[in-house]
This record gives sequence, C-alpha cells and structure tokens, in this order.
Amino acid sequence: MTGRGPGGPVITGPVPGGPVLEVRDLHVQIASRRGLVKAVDGVSLEVPRGEAVGLVGESGSGKSMTLRAILGVLPPEAKVTSGQVLLDGTDLVPLPVSALNRIRGPKLAMIFQEPMSALNPVMRVGLQIAEGPQVHMGYSRSKAAERAVDLMRRVGIPDPERRFRAYPHEFSGGMRQRVMIAIALSCEPEVILCDEPTTALDVTIQDQILRLLARLCRESGVSLLFVTHDLPVVAQLCQSVAVMYGGEIVERGAVEDVFVEPRHPYTLGLLRSAPDVAEIRSSLVPIPGSPPSLISPPPGCRFHPRCGFAEPDCQQQRPPLRLLPGGRATACLHYERCQESLEAEGAAR
Amino acid sequence: MTGPEPAASPAASGPGAADPAGEAGPLLTATGLSVGFRVGSPAMARRRNEEWILRAVDGVDMTIERGEALALVGESGSGKSTLARALTGLVPLNAGEIRLSGRVLSGRRSRADQRRIQMVFQDPYSSLNPRLTVSSILHELLRVHDIVPRAEVESYSRELLGLVGLTDDALHAYPRQFSGGQRQRVAIARALALRPDLLVADEPVSALDVSVQATILNLLQELRGSLGLTLLLISHNLAVVRHLCDRVAVMYLGRIIEVATTEQLFTAPAHPYTRGLLAAIPRMTASTADEAPAVVGDPPSPLRIPAGCRFRTRCPIAQDICSREDPMLTAAPGQPGHTAACHFAFGEAPPAAAAASSAGLKEEPSPSQS
Repeated sequence: MTGRGPGGPVITGPVPGGPVLEVRDLHVQIASRRGLVKAVDGVSLEVPRGEAVGLVGESGSGKSMTLRAILGVLPPEAKVTSGQVLLDGTDLVPLPVSALNRIRGPKLAMIFQEPMSALNPVMRVGLQIAEGPQVHMGYSRSKAAERAVDLMRRVGIPDPERRFRAYPHEFSGGMRQRVMIAIALSCEPEVILCDEPTTALDVTIQDQILRLLARLCRESGVSLLFVTHDLPVVAQLCQSVAVMYGGEIVERGAVEDVFVEPRHPYTLGLLRSAPDVAEIRSSLVPIPGSPPSLISPPPGCRFHPRCGFAEPDCQQQRPPLRLLPGGRATACLHYERCQESLEAEGAAR
Repeated sequence: MTGPEPAASPAASGPGAADPAGEAGPLLTATGLSVGFRVGSPAMARRRNEEWILRAVDGVDMTIERGEALALVGESGSGKSTLARALTGLVPLNAGEIRLSGRVLSGRRSRADQRRIQMVFQDPYSSLNPRLTVSSILHELLRVHDIVPRAEVESYSRELLGLVGLTDDALHAYPRQFSGGQRQRVAIARALALRPDLLVADEPVSALDVSVQATILNLLQELRGSLGLTLLLISHNLAVVRHLCDRVAVMYLGRIIEVATTEQLFTAPAHPYTRGLLAAIPRMTASTADEAPAVVGDPPSPLRIPAGCRFRTRCPIAQDICSREDPMLTAAPGQPGHTAACHFAFGEAPPAAAAASSAGLKEEPSPSQS
C-alpha cells in the first residue's frame, strides 16, 4: 500500500513496559461476487498492559473484522493479506491453528456480543468454564470445577455452587454474559477481546457488566480491546480509543482528548450526531451521505465526500495517521479545522 | 361507519394533518389496560411455581395530550412494546378501555379507527414488503382507506415522500434499494399517509447507525412542528427521549411506575427505579467505574411478579411495607403532572433508608463487591 505504519524491525520476545498487543499495518480482504472487499485496510494499534482500549466505528467500518483477525477466527472467505499481530512480541498471523490453539485461552480470549450463540446450549455452564483450565493449565477435573465456582463468584453470579450445574438457557442475558466473562478469565489471559459485549443488554445490566470489566481490568491487570459503536460506553470503560472509518483508523488517543477535542471531522461528526442524556441540544447534526464502498473506496481521504472541511487536496492523497502532540494521532490533513469549529461553538455558547 | 369521522377532504388538509375535530381533553385515555399471554399449561406453571398467564401489561392508565410527544421507556420485558401494540390494536386487550378523542375504541376496530393510530416499527428491514415498490405500498394503503380521490393518489404519494425527505425517484424503488435510514423514512411516510391522529414509533432508530439516527430524529422533530403530530415514542434510549419528548412514562414489569415531564424526570426523578435507570446510562464525561452499580440484580421474571411493589427485589430503599402493599401511582404534592408508584416517592425517605440500602446490596452480590 502507501507505506503506512511504522514497519520497523520485527521484535522478538516481550518488551518490558511495551504494549501487550500490537497490530501493525493489518490488511484483511474478503472475496465477494462484486469484488475484493478491503474490510481492514492498514490498521495499526497498540493495547498497553492493564489498559482498556476502545475501538469504535459504525457498522461496516471494519472494527469486528480487526478483532476477528487478531484472534484468527475470520470467516472462510476473508483473509489477512498483510500485516502483523504481535502478542508479547510474537506474530500470530503466520502461526498454524495448532499453535494458535495454545494461545487462544491462556493468552488471548474473546467475549462475543450474543452469549447465547457463543455458549454450548447442551453443556452445563460450570463445565464450560472449567474446560479451559483442564485443557490449558493441566487442572484435574475437581480442581477445575473448584476454579469454575470461584470464577463464577468473582464475576458476580449468585449461588455459584448451585448455578454450576445449570444450562445457559436457565440464565438471563446479563448472567450469560457473566458466564462468558468467567470463561474468558478462566485461563488468566493477557488480553480479552470484547466484541460489543453489552450491546444486547439492558442499560442497568450493561452498567453492571461495564463495572465488572473495569474492576477485573484493575485487579487482575488483564488488558481489554473493546469494540463498540457506543461512544459513551468507551468513555466509561476505556483509557484510550481508536476511531475506525471505512477500514482505517482515522483518529486515536486518550479518551478525554479524543472525545472532548476531536481532531478528525468524522469523530466530531459522531459526537455531534448522537443525543446525550447530560445535555439538551436544539438539533442534532447528522453526518451527510453514507459510508464508503469498501470495494472501490473514494480516492484520497475516505471521509472527504461526507466532510464539511474537505479541500481539493483531500481527494488527491490518502492522509497517513499523523502523530500530534500529547501522544494522539489523526488521519486528517486539515485537523485544525476541528479545533476552530469547536472553538467557534464554544464562543457561541 | 359511525361517529364524526371527517371524510377525506383533499383540499383541506395535507398528509398527516391532525384531526380537525378540535375537541377539548386529551387525545387518548387508557384505563386499566391489561394484556396477557398464555405460557405453557396451568399444570406446568403450577409445578414451576409460576403463573400461567404472562401479564405483559398489568393495569396501565395513561393519557396522551393532543400534539405532545410522550415517551414510554423501560427495559426489555417491561411491556412497553406490548402496550404500544395494544394501543394500536395489534394485540387484543384482556381488560381496560381505550378512548380516542373521548370515544371508546371497540375490541374490533373499524377501518376508520384503525387509520387513526399508526405505527412505525423498529426494524425497517422486516416491516416493509420486499416485493412491493414504495408506490405500490402507498397506493394500496390509500385505495383501501380511501384517503384521497383516485386521481390524486399519485401526487399525494409524491407529497408524502417530500414530507419525509425522499425524492420522487423513490416511488418506483423496492425497499432493498434503500439504506436503513431511507427505509425508516418510507415506513414513516406509510404511517403518515393515513393522516393518523397518533403516531406510535417503536424504537424507530435502534436499528440504525448513530450518524443516521440523527437524521430520523430530526425528521420526527420537524414533523411534529409542521404537522402538529402527536407522538408516542417507545425507546430504551433515554438520550433520544430527552431530545425529542415532552413527557415520559417509565415502565417496569408491566406497570407504569413514574410519569413526569421530561425536565422533571431527568432533574428530579421520584421513583428509585427511575433514579437507577438514569444513573446506569453511560455518559461522555468522567468515568464512574469505581462506584457500585446503579441497579443491582436482574429484573424478575414476568411469570413471577413479586407481591407488593414490583421493584422491591432490586430496590435500595425497600421496607416492610413494600412487600405488603402495592404502591399506586400518586401525584407529587403541588405537581399533579408528576406521578410515581412508590411508597417513598415524594415524602421523606424512610427512616432506615441508609441501612436498608446497604443490606439490600448484600442480598444480591453486586459486581463491585467480593
């Protein structure tokens, strides 16, 4: 592609203090009848140890595909065409399934949006939680069962000894998601990938699950990569955030920077289009147009056809993700416009 | 048909214009509404210590004023969608009555009555017939209900599309050719085609992306202004409600537990459930991850509704009286428009509130503990 991403030498072995998970210039393509879909097109991101990183975007932005590519569970018609997924310095992309199976669980776990379809409906939940420790950690059956009960208590499932023998259909949506979290935690992974884990839940249950995840993150030092379309959820849980649009990351940085002073017009658009419970706005400002085709994306910046700040040069070159002061980055050539627009808005108030 | 139904007067009113009958009093009053569904068999229910009839809506009184936007909020299983469907006439009532402009709607609604309450559904992908073009969808509707003379059907259809922000090209397109937001516009045009008195929108933006949601919310806002539309908005998203609605009714396990103006509800919620619901919404500012969850536990099954107050199993201030007496909706002193169904809603907090609240938290292990 256009030579994006750091592309430095491959580091082998864990780097102390470095990110636990690093994605470098990842490309995922999906074969379809109408052509190659560039679902993920040069994504680079880092998940620091013990932190929660949000990956936000609308449907079709490539956020879920990025997550699946990291775990190596892409649908059969999709494949990683280039890029690296470094977990503790080891690149997962070229690994065979047998090697990946030793990593999935003990090092990398995932929580899905719909726990009912991710859990085995005919297996007692306790045994599903105990399976990991038995397979990966050499626990005996009884010791693994003890650990499962312990994990169920840790994730807030009431009466775990009795609920151990229950089946997934006997649980509510929120309790099933707690079971999923217990399974993800069972082998003490370093990173948990979360694919919209609270989207199907009611707001009071979502609140309980988010607090649970935040506490686990704090107590056990596990890192989270949290995919969602819901910006306030990221604001509650995550320390840093990456915003995806059309298969690329267009902005990333600390949550309090990106959500308060966005430096990409798409982020600004997302923030202005969503109603907020905390403040009443006279009208919402939608983002005009519709998301780009990923088969033949617009030339230059992919957001330029919908962007109010677009200039002629936006159509000519594909803007790289540029580092800004404060450890944040934007892929907008004219990011100062966001700043000006926010200042004008602040002055108008 | 009987009643003072104003026959279609094409010259007088545009699409969706409110009933010019101009009576005083609320547009809709519902009293004692109940809707139940049979689940399994009586024997099975007895064995499980559950009820046989799932009381989805269990004795609801509500009024909708002309021209207002009323929100119905609550979590899944609270009965808000069933209540909306009952008002629209899509599910039969077990008990209660619905009056529209003062006249009781019968169980089997006449075509003219069906016309007066129209609905927009959540999923615009399944609520439009995939084999009909937009023009055939609208034409069929207009013919059956005889809204405009045949010669004007075409121009009226164009007018409708203009109203929801679609161009004339849309007339000859099939639903699959539209994006989600455009489909929802078609669904709104279909509902407005019959010039309803009340538009019921059941989660109209939940299936849409954030950037598209705003266009539909703005459209509903505009239509309220231009047509004087009365809107009942069902939503679990309180941000949407705050943006669009004048009044809010909160449902929990088949009952309305609080009604207030949007301003009152968001600034001074009276029911402990409403307070918890508001506190549970993720906000853009400042993380609160260290505090205890706003509402503990799961909602009880609607087949095992707790005796007394329905919320007491999750309530931080529950007292003995709450398990004995079912609180009725009562008005705040001096504020007849603000009602709540809690023994301690507007009075002083119960004496042992603080102690009870920590005890309540211990009963159900909350994620913040242990």
